[in-house]
Amino acid sequence: MPEIKDIILTYVKKEYVEEGDDIDVTYTTPLISGGIVDSFSMVSLKRFLENKYNIQIPDAKATPKAFDSVNSIIELLKEFNVK
Amino acid sequence: MTHIGSYEDRVKTFTWAISERELEYKDGNVINIGEYCTDRICRMGKKDKLALIWENHTGEERRYTFNDMRVLTNTIAAYLRKLGLKPGDRICLFMDKVPELYFGFLGILKMGGIAQPLFSAFGSESLVTRLADAQTSAIFTQRKHLAKVRNIMADMHSLKHVIVVDDDGSRPLREEELAFHMDKEERVEHFDVYPSKGETPSVLHYTSGTTGKPKGAQHVHYSLISQYITAKYVLDLKDNDIYWCTADPGWVTGTSYGIIGAWANGVTQCVLDSGFEASAWYRFIEKYKITVWYSAPTAIRSLMKEGEEPVKKHDLSSLRHLASVGEPLNAEAVIWSEKVFGLPFLDTYWQTETGSMMISNYPGMKIKPGSMGKAFPGITATVVDLKTFEPITKAGIVGLIAIKPGWPSMFRTYWNNVETYRSKFKNGWYISGDRASIDEEGYFWFVGRDDDVINTAGHLVGPFEIESALLEHPAVAESAVVGKPDPVNMEVVKAFIALKPGYEASKDLDLDIMNFVRKKLSALAMPQEIEFVRSLPKTRSGKIMRRVLRAKEWGEEIGDTSTLEND
Repeated sequence: MPEIKDIILTYVKKEYVEEGDDIDVTYTTPLISGGIVDSFSMVSLKRFLENKYNIQIPDAKATPKAFDSVNSIIELLKEFNVK
Repeated sequence: MTHIGSYEDRVKTFTWAISERELEYKDGNVINIGEYCTDRICRMGKKDKLALIWENHTGEERRYTFNDMRVLTNTIAAYLRKLGLKPGDRICLFMDKVPELYFGFLGILKMGGIAQPLFSAFGSESLVTRLADAQTSAIFTQRKHLAKVRNIMADMHSLKHVIVVDDDGSRPLREEELAFHMDKEERVEHFDVYPSKGETPSVLHYTSGTTGKPKGAQHVHYSLISQYITAKYVLDLKDNDIYWCTADPGWVTGTSYGIIGAWANGVTQCVLDSGFEASAWYRFIEKYKITVWYSAPTAIRSLMKEGEEPVKKHDLSSLRHLASVGEPLNAEAVIWSEKVFGLPFLDTYWQTETGSMMISNYPGMKIKPGSMGKAFPGITATVVDLKTFEPITKAGIVGLIAIKPGWPSMFRTYWNNVETYRSKFKNGWYISGDRASIDEEGYFWFVGRDDDVINTAGHLVGPFEIESALLEHPAVAESAVVGKPDPVNMEVVKAFIALKPGYEASKDLDLDIMNFVRKKLSALAMPQEIEFVRSLPKTRSGKIMRRVLRAKEWGEEIGDTSTLEND
């Protein structure tokens, strides 16, 4: 069974990296500050996490910093007991 | 001492001739924005002064003097001319905020082309809609956006050249694709700048309306007269300033004040090519000692959301003047900025069509937090009755913001759509489509849009374009899109959707539809909320009544429903 961080990384690559774009997205790649996921698209990433793990992430916790890499998202999810 | 001095005195004495004189322009002369922002500044003895300091999210930095900018814009202009592009050709810039975007813009103008900047987050459908309308001949882009351009090539017969500014040879380019490396090209020292006149078309910015496709607001080189003097008086740009305009040149603020206004004044500007992150922004201000900062309410509210702690970690004492544009700046944001930065953000109001600031708060003028301020000297602005278009003389009554035509940066037409252009003028006024009131002291107070256009984070999004995209989703039978109030972005897109038989509302379908619109149009257009409904409110003739849905979202009275179809 794939790890959570691989599920998220796969989703980010599939949804936010343009087809044909050769950018190498890893667990540490800056997603928001790196311009891969803009602040509006962050809403859809948040929604994905909420649907997938059956949680509600309050807006106050859904900050650009918390969503800035797969690793930081993993840290955020730990607060919701998603491990 | 501010450039504008006393606002009241300036209003009495101002004429656009002041700007013309300062720019040494006389009616009938050659006026080319590209030349004014580069060669002219060098001739004024500032060739070694920094024009651009650019940094990206990895910390990579590039610096260019005004002479570098003069030569590199020459190089781009010569390259375009060599490709066979002609004055009047529409040339698109579809890039992130890289130096090639800024210099490409001026290079296009120098060779007489019409610059057509487009937001790089646009999806293929948004891109093709705008390029097809303009019959664009060439496009500058980056490898990361090339796939979106390739997607539309079959539908874009006019598009002869795709210029890739960062090709590294790792993937082969196609026949019509060209690698162009601005910093590695042979530098062109002398270029015969196209002798454009005041009314020569310069820039085409697309903006959304309630119905139909986005419209291309076409500007001319004479817009410089407004952009130069408003940058000087409202942003108070001075020779030793370090200026940061956070807007993307895919939108009008990014060109009028992120390129033209600042550089026509010979001011050094900084660009941060990075997504929003509060600490990164404060670090940027501290590192480059930004003095004048022009940003947007959404960004300011996002900074507010992060609190004061990140502010305290940085030395922001270089800041001396802050301004804002995009959507109304709420009083709380003005008060907050005064508290944490020691300076209020001064709201400015204008539109893609106006090309420059129309109503503003000015340095030195009494600020009423939450107010749009007063008309720029030389601008006659009022509010007019919603039906008669007669000016409203009584204070506090809501009407449509209207401006007397004739200011230098006024758009000259909508590309291929003169009929809609004409419809924007009523009773001798340009009708903005925004509602406001004027108080007894002459301050304007924004109320809202007068149509269904959604203002999200300062960007206008047309419901029709989103509804059309939604209908292409296999599950969607019909839809209506409205703006929903949002504490950070002012409005966000909300879609009401009736599903086709065989489909059931679910969280996964909700996300699938969101992503479908995001990829097709842009993240701005993506519904941030979807409500699945059995049917939509319609008139008896079958027209969807968006206003009923909008009123519900805003907690307003629904109004006349006599034409509403019985469910």
